[in-house]
Amino acid sequence: MNPPKKVLYFDNAATTPLHPKVLEHMMPYLTEQYGNPSGVYSFAREVRKGIEHAREQVAEAIFARPGEIFFTSSGTEANNWVLKGVVETLQHKGGHIITTAIEHHAITHVSSALSKQGVEITYLPVDNEGFVSPSDLIAAIRPDTILISIMWANNEIGTIQPIPELSAIAKSRGVLFHTDAVQAVGHIPVNVENLPIDFLTMSAHKFSGPKGVGALYIRKGTKVNSILFGGAQEKNRRAGTENVAGIIGMGAALNLAVANLKEEQEKVTMLRDYLIERIETTIPKVALNGPRAENTRLPGNVNFSFDYIEGESLLLLLDMQGCCASSGSACSSASLEPSHVLLSLGISHEKAHGSIRFSLGRENTREEIDQLMEILPKQVKQLRAMSPLAEEAETSKAEYEL
Amino acid sequence: MEYNDMVMDHFSNPRNVGTIEDASGVGTVGNAQCGDIMKVYLKIEGDVVQDAKFKTFGCGAAVATSSMATELIIGKTIKEALQITNKTVLDALGGLPSAKVHCSCLAEEALHAALWDYAQKNDIIIEGIKIPVETH
Repeated sequence: MNPPKKVLYFDNAATTPLHPKVLEHMMPYLTEQYGNPSGVYSFAREVRKGIEHAREQVAEAIFARPGEIFFTSSGTEANNWVLKGVVETLQHKGGHIITTAIEHHAITHVSSALSKQGVEITYLPVDNEGFVSPSDLIAAIRPDTILISIMWANNEIGTIQPIPELSAIAKSRGVLFHTDAVQAVGHIPVNVENLPIDFLTMSAHKFSGPKGVGALYIRKGTKVNSILFGGAQEKNRRAGTENVAGIIGMGAALNLAVANLKEEQEKVTMLRDYLIERIETTIPKVALNGPRAENTRLPGNVNFSFDYIEGESLLLLLDMQGCCASSGSACSSASLEPSHVLLSLGISHEKAHGSIRFSLGRENTREEIDQLMEILPKQVKQLRAMSPLAEEAETSKAEYEL
Repeated sequence: MEYNDMVMDHFSNPRNVGTIEDASGVGTVGNAQCGDIMKVYLKIEGDVVQDAKFKTFGCGAAVATSSMATELIIGKTIKEALQITNKTVLDALGGLPSAKVHCSCLAEEALHAALWDYAQKNDIIIEGIKIPVETH
């Protein structure tokens, strides 16, 4: 077998590599510590202790109490839990939920499913950088509004929402507030202690933890029905034998992430700004999607639209050079519609189809960005050479100049 | 979703990319909304397609089907050219992922649109040709 090709990995918003130290913490629970944490014997109690330690680590990372952390199978499950659970719990108060036009599918697709059951959903629009307006939120709240769900940071364009302001509005109107913080936790400071947030979603594999485990923060005293029934795990609120090694890994990974948060945030932000600058100065006809102002964009997020080309074909060329990125193009999904996030910014279908996201992580280096910039301009040029849109633009420019 | 080697070959080394200055017929199909635009140029002499070129905005499958469709049409008589369907292109490429089959339909439409343009310009009737749908 050939040795694996060196991969240039720029898809950290999709998932991150497992931290080797995290794997070390997990290994005993994949081998000798196999007891079911619900067991009464001491062999099982040891495993239970491990889970409770991980719960403390997760709680500490977001300034919550351990009793407010509930482990799930994923961020998706945590989001489903909040939306479906709150609808059931508060159906006597009404059936109106406010969310945004740029949420992850783990929110938007749950919302559409709920709307088929009669729940009314308001999707707040965003501006051309992806920000929700607090005044739009105020205007959207109705007497029958039971939940506001706004993501902390966007996975495609990196926009960080003004969560303190938005959650304060929810609190002042007596509406429960949920935030899908899957892209934020472990990457930027997240503190629920002084914010009126009732629910917060996390996912381990976004911060160098394992896949298949997430968590929901539920503020003490907040009522929400369960969606999974069975055993008495997670204080009777989320049934199913615990993904023990996953939970241990989530705790360890988040502990590591917050311990080095400031340095990692600075390092990754510098890499991000370097890549943005290199693309903007090297490749003509590009547009950065998402915000530029300091502390309003996720440290690792770079998203560009390349005029006249389609994202999937650029991803294929990049892949041939061992480079991993993602696209908002429809062709990288099963539907013909490009990314709902990019369209919500008001950009054209054509530009949305031509978007590429590079999401950087703690393991990326400046050298890797230089390597990417060795290949990317050539590939963009190659695709533009075969694009009828580039040809049209040239022709109309020539006509204009005549 | 994965492309086979033949598709990847036609995507990464596409045949017949370019334009024909004095083309006998030009056809453009698709739109930026759905993410695929194919523009096919044909050089027809006598009754035979002497040359074909294309420009495509689209995914890997769109580029590969454009490449294969132009390969298939070169050297064909107009009557033979009309026999090239999306299935012909699909088979010649050894298949596409199911979500990408629509790209092969676009290739067939692009060939027909270029032949239609040729017929219009020369005021001739080509039997069996599909009138191109305005997509812009």
